Amino acid sequence: MAANRHLLELQHVSQVYRSGPRLFTAVEDVNLTLDEGEFVTLLGPSGCGKSTLLRIITGLQRPSEGRVLYRGEPLSGVNPHAAIVFQTFALFPWLTVLENVEIALKARGVPPNLRTARALDLLDRVGLDGFESAYPRELSGGMRQKVGFARAMAVEPELLCLDEPFSALDVLSAEALRGELLELWTEGRIPTQAILMVTHNIEEAVYMADRIVVMDKEPGRIIAELRVGLPHPRQRKSSQFLDMVDRVYATLAGQTQPEPLELGVAPGEPGQTRALPHIAIGDLAGLLEHLAEMPGNRADLYRLAEALKVDSDHLLRLTEVAELLGFATVAEGDITLTPLGETFAEASILARKEIFATRIRRLPVFRWLINLLRAASQHRLEWEVVRASLELEFPPEEAERQLETIVQWGRYAEILSYDDSSEMIYLEPHAVSGVKAPA
Amino acid sequence: MPRFSRLFRPGQPLQRPMTWGDAVVVVAVAVLIYAGVRLAIGAPPAVAGPEISLAPQALPRYAAFSVGRMAAAYVLSLIFSLAYGYLAASHRRAEQVLMPLLDVLQSVPILSFLPVVLLSFSAILPQGVAAELASIVLIFTSQAWNLTFAWYQSLTTIPRELREASATFRLNPWLRFRHLELPFAAISLIWNSMMSWAGGWFFLMAAETFTVGERDFRLPGLGTYLQEAANRGNVQAIAWGVGTLILVIVLLDQLVWRPLLAWSDRFKLEMVESENPPTSWFYDALHNSRLVGWFTEAVLKPLGEGMDALFLRRSLAQKPPAEEAGLSKAWILAGGALGLALLYGAYRAAGMLLAVPLAGWVAILVGVGATFLRVTVALAIALAWTVPVGVAIGSNPRLATWLQPIVQVVASVPATALFPVFLLLVLRLPGGLDLAALLLMLTGTQWYVLFNVIAGASAIPQDLKYTTSLLQLRGWQRWRTLILPALFPYVVTGGITASGGAWNASIVAEHVEFGGQVHATLGIGATIAQATMQGDYPLLLAATLSMVLTVVLVNRLLWRRLYRLAEERYRME
Repeated sequence: MAANRHLLELQHVSQVYRSGPRLFTAVEDVNLTLDEGEFVTLLGPSGCGKSTLLRIITGLQRPSEGRVLYRGEPLSGVNPHAAIVFQTFALFPWLTVLENVEIALKARGVPPNLRTARALDLLDRVGLDGFESAYPRELSGGMRQKVGFARAMAVEPELLCLDEPFSALDVLSAEALRGELLELWTEGRIPTQAILMVTHNIEEAVYMADRIVVMDKEPGRIIAELRVGLPHPRQRKSSQFLDMVDRVYATLAGQTQPEPLELGVAPGEPGQTRALPHIAIGDLAGLLEHLAEMPGNRADLYRLAEALKVDSDHLLRLTEVAELLGFATVAEGDITLTPLGETFAEASILARKEIFATRIRRLPVFRWLINLLRAASQHRLEWEVVRASLELEFPPEEAERQLETIVQWGRYAEILSYDDSSEMIYLEPHAVSGVKAPA
Repeated sequence: MPRFSRLFRPGQPLQRPMTWGDAVVVVAVAVLIYAGVRLAIGAPPAVAGPEISLAPQALPRYAAFSVGRMAAAYVLSLIFSLAYGYLAASHRRAEQVLMPLLDVLQSVPILSFLPVVLLSFSAILPQGVAAELASIVLIFTSQAWNLTFAWYQSLTTIPRELREASATFRLNPWLRFRHLELPFAAISLIWNSMMSWAGGWFFLMAAETFTVGERDFRLPGLGTYLQEAANRGNVQAIAWGVGTLILVIVLLDQLVWRPLLAWSDRFKLEMVESENPPTSWFYDALHNSRLVGWFTEAVLKPLGEGMDALFLRRSLAQKPPAEEAGLSKAWILAGGALGLALLYGAYRAAGMLLAVPLAGWVAILVGVGATFLRVTVALAIALAWTVPVGVAIGSNPRLATWLQPIVQVVASVPATALFPVFLLLVLRLPGGLDLAALLLMLTGTQWYVLFNVIAGASAIPQDLKYTTSLLQLRGWQRWRTLILPALFPYVVTGGITASGGAWNASIVAEHVEFGGQVHATLGIGATIAQATMQGDYPLLLAATLSMVLTVVLVNRLLWRRLYRLAEERYRME
């Protein structure tokens, strides 16, 4: 197929950040095409670079490597044929609903009378007539996002980019707005040629898209492209729909790897240091307890998301931790509790702490930190020192978050303690020798 | 009540260690003072002051003069701030120089420049113009920095999505300024403008009334009127003067600032309606008036549209700018020339400093120490009374509602305006000038602390108060576990401003000519004044520089650390 047939084409796009001496890859070697008439979603866990990719596609950001072609022409600067709908709406709070839509037209030099007529027409189409003179803060989240849509459609973009447009809305408004957008799109009532939506919500992606581009993190890259061949409107309870959701879960959750691969290496060693997912330990316990009550101690991930009322992104982070600590295994979109996980779920508070402690001691990053602390005078180190060494493995903000997670887990396991006033990380006395002291 | 915390917050200190940039900035300031001192050598030996009439009929004219000076300086500050902040926020390289410069400039005691500025201006400008300009420059230096910080901070904290939205919808720089940057900064700019005006009065009064030896730099205005009245012991005229001053300040508050605040409520970013939006009767009246409505529709809106269209034509005609080019040669050359000039200036300044005899340096050292002590005592007294009173007001809403307006009016009277009155009252007592100087520092500083304590006390969460009651913590225990830690950030914030104010006050307070006599006490302010009087330019340079350095160091070594501690440990979020 000739290159100029695509509406949009990414060729070997990478985004690399420099932080101190190290380079961090946000997006690695992405190849992607988008054709007219397509509704594509970029799906992946947080930190997989999907928002970065959206910014590259719209020209807000230049990739460090690779090319972005729009209708066969390399893109330079902001793409004039694209518009974005933002997760946080990005409305000007000091402008009325009408003015918020009008300003997009004003910037393109549309004369005042034409501008107002067009803005009113769009507000009418998204169902906001009567609210023209309201300020955004007077509207509900769903209505604010409608203004966001109206503003984006006002400039009649060929490519409509949606950056997690429904994730800041409550469940009901999100659902209503999804339906309304699909209606406008499938009935051809907007001049948009293609829609690109970033999301971390698996069901939303399956519900809306023709094609799902699945991304994974560390480094951010495309791991699969799935075509959703279901006709609109899609039935959420239909078996084809559920099969598709299951497939996406299976792709994203992957398969529990052999232990060395799963654990990664310690900081400073060659190879990838595994970033700890940021979760609260209470949530992990909740997941394990729920699984322990299921027949066969196993569950379908997508059903689990529904039952636990958590979004897919959060659930995937929890399963990642469960895998990492050997509490559960994941295969083909199913999660199964291991005997260890079952023991944890049934144990008392103190016993849980002990199990947790023995498990995290196996993680290379904990082994590394414990060894550092043992070697340090008085078995303590400044927060800053540890963070600086983690910065050799992670970008600065991530290093800070990693250390927060490490200290939080370590405190729960009673291996580490942290003194906020001196900003020192200590090894708990019994952890110094590696033997738990009698209580 | 939280508005107080915003009102009396100094420019946010940057969280950064001292760098070589600071050294360059300090050298630049030294060279600047040196240049001023060099010019000052040519100052006329005697300057005749204006005749001041004490008739109440003259007051409107004097008030108009004073307000005019303030307004001129404010307009200058605003223009400067917008340009400087924009430059710093949009060019990374410029930011690295401009922000440390601003940071040092805002902690410099402005009044210490007054003699140098007055002398150098009068050396090169006609007499009347020189003093007028010097006062405007001085007020400008007191108003500009916090405005600039506010604007710069707004520019750099605009939410990323709003920036990206403006980029994808291709707003040109003008539209971005009008619909994004200015509205986003509006509230902060207005609060800081109020703060600038409040501070400006202090310096205006000082600048209007400055006299050293044969040189009478006074300007006709409210400050001079008050000084003259006190000088002649005319109590009636003092009352007229103070009354007029308060009236002017209250009118400005009611007719300018309150309406602006009420209007600016629409620019807040929060997506919720405020519970107690700022209100203003004058704004409501304007808002409902037909004439104003007509003016908005017929003049302001078309004007805005016209501007938009003008800039739109220009931006559409232009090609989108290419990638940011490297530094142009002209800039490098200019930078190099500036660097060389700086080096040469530093060399000459050092030469002049070497001419100061050892005795001079000893005098400076003793003076700095004495003033430091005085400032510390003033702060201690201010803390001692404002903390209990502030807590009482802040934790009692009923008391607050009727005490607040009174306190605000009393606090709005610039301390420098009252100084002659203090002199009249206490100069005859033993240690009179010391007492007067202390009083001036106190009146100049205590309000900052008081307002911050009130704000802090009223911000203590109710559930924490209940908890301490349930835990039966009483008396000192209650203060130690709840009130003092909760107040700490506010006290530090107030203290930073107060300390700056007290140092400034020393220039006016330690050396005065009153009732035809010269009174002086030990202090760096007195040293500077005496050097000015005797035409001892090397000493003037050395003393001014020493004071600047001391205050900058005190800020860096003491207040910054306390501020950081407060931010990290005691901020309730």
